[in-house]
Amino acid sequence: MKGILKLAYKLLVSDKAKFTALLVGITFAVFLMLQVTSTFIGMMKRASATVYNIAAPMWIMDPAVQSAASAIGMPDYVLDAARSIPGVSYAVPVYTGNTLAKLNDGTYQPVTIVGLDDTSLYGRPKLLEGKIEDLYGENAFVVVKDGDYPKLENPRVGTEFEVNDHRGVIVGIADVASGGLFGTPTLYTTYNRALQYLPNPRFTISYVLVQPKNAADIPKIKEQVKTMGYVALTKDEFVDRTSNFYMWQTGLGINITIMAVMAFIVGLSISGQTFYTFVLENLDKFAALKAMGANNRELVMMILSQAGFTALIGYGLGVGLCSFMITMAKMRLPSFASQMSFVNLGLGIFMVVVIAGVSSYFGVRRVLQIEPFQVFRG
Amino acid sequence: MSSVAIQAREIGKSFGEGDARTVALRSVSLEAYFGEMLYIVGPSGSGKTTMLSVLSGVLRPDTGTVSVEGTDIWSLSPDQLAELRLHKIGFVFQDFHLFPRLTTAENVAIPMILKKQPWDEAVSKAREYLEVVGLTKRADLPPVKLSGGEQQRVAIARAMAAQPDILVMDEPTASLDGDTGHAIVTFVKNQILHEKRCVIVVTHDSRIYDMATRILKMEDGHLTKVTNGEWS
Repeated sequence: MKGILKLAYKLLVSDKAKFTALLVGITFAVFLMLQVTSTFIGMMKRASATVYNIAAPMWIMDPAVQSAASAIGMPDYVLDAARSIPGVSYAVPVYTGNTLAKLNDGTYQPVTIVGLDDTSLYGRPKLLEGKIEDLYGENAFVVVKDGDYPKLENPRVGTEFEVNDHRGVIVGIADVASGGLFGTPTLYTTYNRALQYLPNPRFTISYVLVQPKNAADIPKIKEQVKTMGYVALTKDEFVDRTSNFYMWQTGLGINITIMAVMAFIVGLSISGQTFYTFVLENLDKFAALKAMGANNRELVMMILSQAGFTALIGYGLGVGLCSFMITMAKMRLPSFASQMSFVNLGLGIFMVVVIAGVSSYFGVRRVLQIEPFQVFRG
Repeated sequence: MSSVAIQAREIGKSFGEGDARTVALRSVSLEAYFGEMLYIVGPSGSGKTTMLSVLSGVLRPDTGTVSVEGTDIWSLSPDQLAELRLHKIGFVFQDFHLFPRLTTAENVAIPMILKKQPWDEAVSKAREYLEVVGLTKRADLPPVKLSGGEQQRVAIARAMAAQPDILVMDEPTASLDGDTGHAIVTFVKNQILHEKRCVIVVTHDSRIYDMATRILKMEDGHLTKVTNGEWS
């Protein structure tokens, strides 16, 4: 069988024009599909940036919260009640909100403020410069060095700014797991300072962060929180809730799906037609092989191996091209929200397998139908 | 007389249905023997290519039986029949049907590759067959770089690479000039044909009739004349 497969390979790659057209079709389809899904995955990760960056195992929130960026204030008793639930190791409040920061040049820049629990600073970011305890200093903030950092005029430790006529000063520069989705720089401070700097509604706790004693306590904690009229989600559940919101309630999901399907159709059309034409053009050769003694199984293997080989090479090129484009885009736009994952890489493989399968199906049918005596008819 | 290579009995074959039905073979019986170069001749549409297809196991007849070395080939499964063609019958097609994107040696190696020989070994062996047909220096060229006569010799080398007991040739001189065609058939008769091999040639090229051991003439799906080499 190895010889037959090598024959199939030689017939395929030696027809350079067809082989190139096949590769272009599949590469383009894989590239398009990966590009849109990578953008989607990147956006979803950024939409849950707060969850990833604070990384608490459980989050208590108002049941109406649809995404991490749309916190609804909760009264202080929720925090106290959470702390009294059996199975809770500890619980702390966190504040998230948006406001305008007035920079040294007089311009205003929207910023996201994250207020960490004053006592524990639970959820604090990893500092690149400065010391975390400096956050207890007067007017202290830590700025996140992500793609949006330059919008604050690349502040250094000691840089001053204003928030609602309050003076703020940068005491540290931090690194986080994920930048935000909305293109606003992020500032960390203490919970109480955040309340002091930002105008607040009646209830001020955005989320209560919970550390369960062990995983078995999670269902009980959820149950207890539910009796209070609130909801407790694990980190993954909160990420899923946020993703589902953007996917199904913003039109983003359907648009991404349409684009991925279009990529699939384009790839299938180009590759399917080209491969079928390739088989048709070689039909007399397949008939000759049949007459000479090749059986149907060997001919089917030839076609499948040709389709499979093209699909794999096209997939590799598509992945490479997409990686290259994302890398180039991130060099130019550091906040470019696009990220490949095993999910869309797997989706890409599935797509090329379907393209190869459908393309070869028609070719196989044609080859199985051809009678070897047709080769005598010239 | 030598032993029988192929025996066909009461072969009937038609194409199409209803008003479009065309009868290609009408109860044709014949025998081909080892050691002979049997010609099937006749005008276009007489059924000679259909007969060759039926004899070589690539076209199932409507009626009758075909035995190759005693095996009723049309009682075999498709895979068994393919196996029989691979091991017993070599084909030289009218249009050669060489693979233009393979080298000449690789083309000749195809039957050996179908017989599961490793690629390199098959291509190496193919060079020996090319030497037999005098094309050693053309081994690494694609067939399109060869003349018609050379391509025909490549096709013969490919057929021989299967080491068949029976060689069937469909209009082997149709694409060649008179001298080249005659040279090719002479080569087959002198170099390929031997007492344990049967060569069946379908042709309407009377210039090569002198090379035949026997000539069967077909007309309108019937065998109308059998001669012993000398045609009148």
